[in-house]
Amino acid sequence: MSVEQDFTVGLQEARSWLDLERHKVVSEFDVEQGYIWTACAAVQNGNPIYWDDQLAQELTGGPTAPLTLLSAWFRPHYWMPGRDTIPLPWQTHFDLKEVLALPEAVATDSEVVFGEPIRPGDRIRCSETLRSLSEVKTTKLGKGRFWVIDAVCRNQDDTWVGTETMTGFGYRKAQG
Amino acid sequence: MSTAAYKSLTIDQVLVGDQLPPLTHEVTATSVILGALASRDWRPMHHDRDFAQQRNGTRDIFMNTPNQAAWLERFITDWTGPRARIGRYKFRMGDAICPGDTMVFSGTVEGVETDEHACSWVNLSIQLAVDGQVKTRFTARVALPTDADDNPWARTGSRWQP
Repeated sequence: MSVEQDFTVGLQEARSWLDLERHKVVSEFDVEQGYIWTACAAVQNGNPIYWDDQLAQELTGGPTAPLTLLSAWFRPHYWMPGRDTIPLPWQTHFDLKEVLALPEAVATDSEVVFGEPIRPGDRIRCSETLRSLSEVKTTKLGKGRFWVIDAVCRNQDDTWVGTETMTGFGYRKAQG
Repeated sequence: MSTAAYKSLTIDQVLVGDQLPPLTHEVTATSVILGALASRDWRPMHHDRDFAQQRNGTRDIFMNTPNQAAWLERFITDWTGPRARIGRYKFRMGDAICPGDTMVFSGTVEGVETDEHACSWVNLSIQLAVDGQVKTRFTARVALPTDADDNPWARTGSRWQP
């Protein structure tokens, strides 16, 4: 059986990652107000909890970041001195592609759950956990496996601030 | 300004089947690029048309996932006001959203419930469409104040069950 036909390549190693914390990342910078306003401006979000300090204090105990900006805080800089490669968000997704010899992969679904608000000055850290790996499936894209990965995010006090869950499908393209 | 100066939806004002006010935006290259950079997504398909067309096979640069999520958040809180707190959202993306598209968010209240900690929730079904074609489908669970004195943002620990 050729590698192209064998869907058990790397399976044992991939399964050994189930429920293990991997790729722990600490943000390269503190959450900052300038980013919050830039993010709000990008989508013309006038929610006053991001613009009115008095209201933010009354409702949430101080300034907070837009919830949907969660992933921004642990994305690496585009460049920094002394670093040759940029770490990838969802590194486990790319690891699975490689170890399972599945050259193509897409993210099919995403879910985000929010915990305590993120505030200027917070330093966010995140770790990835492979939650499931399916049997071989055939879709219109090709033949491969689905996987579910959690990225759990906490602040500097170890308080949970949110979890992103991504469902991916790694596959070999359908022939013809 | 204080809380009282801003209108906020309370749970008693919401019924299953209610429609959210639609949000329309003419997507430009600036919409796509500014949103990508604001979310620290440096990948070239979100700012380099040649790359997007040649490597991704898309019409043009296209909106990244966190940018769509940020528009979703705005769509929801434009409706609810500042005291609402989004607990979770889920989405499935279809086709790319590119400069020149007119994107339209629409949404429906699918459920209203109160949890064991007396937190009130609405469950929303939301669509992002271009020219009547749905590009992204979302669901969202959003905590609304029970009354004028309630504040979902004050819930912490086990009292926050998103």
